[in-house]
Amino acid sequence: LQTRAPRKKKKAKMFRNQYDTDVTTWSPTGRLFQVEYAMEAVKQGSAAIGLRSRSHVVLACVNKAQSELSSHQKKIFKVDDHIGVAIAGLTADGRVLSRYMRSEAINHSFTYESPLPVGRLVVHLADKAQVCTQRSWKRPYGVGLLVGGLDESGAHLYYNCPSGNYFEYQAFAIGSRSQAAKTYLERRFESFGDSSREDLIKDAILAVRETLQGETLKSSLCTVSVLGVGEPFHFLDQETIQKVIDTFEKVAEDEEGEAGEGDAEAAAAPAEQGGGGAGDQDVAPMEM
Amino acid sequence: LVQFTIPIDNGDALKNAEADSQRTLYPYVTGTSIVAIKYKDGVLMASDMGGSYGSTLRYKNIERVKAIGKHSLLGASGEISDFQEILRYLDELVLNDNMWDDGNSLGPKEVHNYLTRVMYNRRNKFNPLWNTLVLGGVKNGESYLGMVSMIGVSFEDNHVATGFGNHLARPILRDEWRADLSFEDGVKLLEKCMRVLLYRDRSAINKLQIAKITEEGVTVSQPYSLKTFWEFQAFHNPTAGAQGSW
Repeated sequence: LQTRAPRKKKKAKMFRNQYDTDVTTWSPTGRLFQVEYAMEAVKQGSAAIGLRSRSHVVLACVNKAQSELSSHQKKIFKVDDHIGVAIAGLTADGRVLSRYMRSEAINHSFTYESPLPVGRLVVHLADKAQVCTQRSWKRPYGVGLLVGGLDESGAHLYYNCPSGNYFEYQAFAIGSRSQAAKTYLERRFESFGDSSREDLIKDAILAVRETLQGETLKSSLCTVSVLGVGEPFHFLDQETIQKVIDTFEKVAEDEEGEAGEGDAEAAAAPAEQGGGGAGDQDVAPMEM
Repeated sequence: LVQFTIPIDNGDALKNAEADSQRTLYPYVTGTSIVAIKYKDGVLMASDMGGSYGSTLRYKNIERVKAIGKHSLLGASGEISDFQEILRYLDELVLNDNMWDDGNSLGPKEVHNYLTRVMYNRRNKFNPLWNTLVLGGVKNGESYLGMVSMIGVSFEDNHVATGFGNHLARPILRDEWRADLSFEDGVKLLEKCMRVLLYRDRSAINKLQIAKITEEGVTVSQPYSLKTFWEFQAFHNPTAGAQGSW
């Protein structure tokens, strides 16, 4: 899939063609359209963000609820004390894969009394996804997973794709309006390796803010989880998140007092919007 | 795996799963005690090189202590063919671990627990691997020493011994073991235990190896023998004080 010509930055329309019915049908140009369509599903889901330092990994996501009456969907899962996963796309597929990951982690723990290295888990996951791209009676998983965890060499963050590929990242964002978050992360990622735990959390929440496109950032809108050396996976509670938000919201208020800076910042945010902006209307109920 | 078939008339093997069963009932070629201790830089493990066939001291060149991966040492007493089978399992395990090539490696704790699972599962099927295993190693500066029996009993300690070693060597170790033993003192302590075993265990032979594992790796010594003394007065004329005709 990486061999095809790079797509334009603007969201190109995926057209129906005679090679896209079956996951086991190649197109004449060497593409598997069903797999690419599965990757589209990831882009429609609400944003999930991950970043890591040498010793910690933070996973954050936007809480999107179907309606005002319902609660938001769970997008971050604990796999083990030392591994967590954030998903975007078909959350049902994400839940099933999280269960698989928990199973792998606990089986390894039971046999070896030792935590499963996250790098090995993501390979199992990727191999599982690949199977679905090569069986005519299956379909690819429609979910992207940001897997954060520890192994002997420290903290790692991986992105697992419906295609069966996986990549390691210092920081990454997936889902709708993730481009805004990615741009923010691209500016700062070189310092993440040595970041303190607190700075990493702050950067994660700031990245979440980027995807909200001007909507006021509240702790109820996001879920944040942390894991690290000596710190088992856990979610941050609303209070803690709100405190972090308060530190930079206050700073933003101070800056607005200075000439033009606040306005320039607000103007810059919408301009950074990449693909996926129009995607909201097409979001099917099962994709969050 | 040495197996002994009991001819039982359980009927038709097609209908009755147990009619054809073969399970390990007793061992044939066995190794005697292993004695192992933690010391300042890692773990020391001693064993003799004998393989007994019942009461015959049949084989005199069996290595009962082997290196596993980069960080562990495995010593076994009991059925030698089962030990070889276990080495094959571990070979596969280490190979797969190496093939990942990802900076992670199996440490002694992981190997010990894997073996515990294997031994216990075999015991549950009434087809045990007839061994008592000693697993020692060092990883990231931490020493590890543990034991698994043929019924899956598993634990860690600062000094362990199998078979006769439990009765003859461990009391010595309980009195004289210290955490900061130097290599020379550790070897002296093990030789003291092995000498007692040589005198008192009839399946022991006077040809032993001592293996050492530290952060740097594994070293297994060349086989050597212990000096023994047989001129104790009490043994010169052992029946001198006996009454009666026996």
